[in-house]
Amino acid sequence: MQILQVEGLTKNFGGLAAVSEVDFQVEEGEILGLIGPNGAGKTTTFNLIAGTYEPNSGKILFNGENLAGKKPNVVCQKGIARTFQNVKVFPEMDVFQNVLLGAFFGTPEKKSRSRAKSEVEEILDFIGLSDRTDMIAGSMTLVNQKRVEVARALATKPKLLLLDELMAGLNPTEVGESMELVQKIQKKGITVIMIEHVMKAIMTICKRIIVLHHGQKIAEGTPEEISTSKTVIEVYLGE
Amino acid sequence: MNLKTIKDNRYFYPALYILILVLFIAMPYITAPYTIILLSSIFMYVALTLSWTLFSGPTGYTSLATAAFFGLGLYMAGILGDSVPLIVAVICGGLISFVLAFIIGAITLRLRGIYFTIFTFGLVELIKHLMLWWEINIVGVRGRFVPRADNATVFYILLAILVALLLTTYFLKSSRYGMALSSIGSNEEAAIHIGINVVNLKIITFASSAFFIGMTGTIMATRWSYIDPYIAFDTFYSFLPPLMAIFGGLGNLFGPLLGAAVFSYLQETLITRFPYSYMLIFGLIMVITILYLPNGLIGLYQIIRQRFIGGKHADTSS
Repeated sequence: MQILQVEGLTKNFGGLAAVSEVDFQVEEGEILGLIGPNGAGKTTTFNLIAGTYEPNSGKILFNGENLAGKKPNVVCQKGIARTFQNVKVFPEMDVFQNVLLGAFFGTPEKKSRSRAKSEVEEILDFIGLSDRTDMIAGSMTLVNQKRVEVARALATKPKLLLLDELMAGLNPTEVGESMELVQKIQKKGITVIMIEHVMKAIMTICKRIIVLHHGQKIAEGTPEEISTSKTVIEVYLGE
Repeated sequence: MNLKTIKDNRYFYPALYILILVLFIAMPYITAPYTIILLSSIFMYVALTLSWTLFSGPTGYTSLATAAFFGLGLYMAGILGDSVPLIVAVICGGLISFVLAFIIGAITLRLRGIYFTIFTFGLVELIKHLMLWWEINIVGVRGRFVPRADNATVFYILLAILVALLLTTYFLKSSRYGMALSSIGSNEEAAIHIGINVVNLKIITFASSAFFIGMTGTIMATRWSYIDPYIAFDTFYSFLPPLMAIFGGLGNLFGPLLGAAVFSYLQETLITRFPYSYMLIFGLIMVITILYLPNGLIGLYQIIRQRFIGGKHADTSS
């Protein structure tokens, strides 16, 4: 079953077409990779799906419902969560509060404080931050801030999770741990789209990859197909 | 040690607050009229500062619209006059400010940072000149007289506004919406992406803060007895709340409270003792505070406390 269908998605910034006539589908339960050179329109695509920007044209069908132009808070409550390329935790708050906010506001129904708290404890345990719940988020290392962001996104109970360069800036051990984390998230039944420059990660955990270039989709296929595709090698992987 | 065990009792603080409240209620019976007038003035500044902090504190949206809502409240007193009971006039003053803030918020709270601040500042001037135009061209007379109320009534209504404001601030702070407001100040983009309806939350909080400012305006008008647009929409009242909040220390409920109380007491005493140089002394105090006490009076208190008690015994019981 398809959880997300993107049709003819277009976004112009002035005269520049950041994303132009992009179509793709996401199967429920998969991990889809989104790659492309800098400025290819990957993050803009995320921003369009998450509601940060309103598309100039095109449809974003999430479980059949068109979310194009809906506000980010509405999109989140419908079940699409995201993380940011440049980490955006609430730096003055502690880890628990960061995630608690996601639990409080990420779903349409109003849940009791005790239920929200137990959900947060469960998520922090899942993500491996149980021993750091009262640390101030802004004082943490990059990898841990990224984990807080993922935990906060998971607290909103998403069906689809958009991960924007989760592995960027991490050391090889941390990349390995993050890869495991993404697979664990998939096992929970959450569909994942990830933007990534770390090729090893994307080639290992994604069954399917989409390549963007100058705002257009230039290729789509399995990691093997992508790594051997002539057009992709020309524009992206290099000679 | 003994004091600590008393303070740890969960009835200690509620009991202390009720005692303070009872003391205030008894004030008009036990003190000189001047004390009541002085206290009323202090209450006004505290109410304005706490109202301002309710919205601008956690969100970081610096509003300079206080004078607009305060002035509307003042004018409500002039317009309604004796036609309704004072308490009804006060609530009307709050409501009209609430409605205006709601509309303004819906239009402008998409603006961020300095743009929002400048807009709110412009709003005060806009309403001031609109009122002037209206009085000169439609009413034909500039300014209005406001029927006076007796000192004790003014004092009690201000006290009631203040108690309501403190309770609102306290319950908001400890609720999920208070957390959400702080998250807007912390990172608004992240806040909206985790499902927080930041636009509605900002508008409602902004309007609630205006509600309290408007009520304070209406009751104060009865003490001033005459108002015109220049008196009512004086930008001085836009700048005072942020100054007082910074003076006391933002980020803590008691900071703005203490700041406004000390600041307005200083103002009232300085103006009588040094009528010619009080603004100068005032300016110096402000400069020194900003240079050496970035966390305001609350910060000073914490520094002193650490000196004497030591960091180890800091109260972590909450």
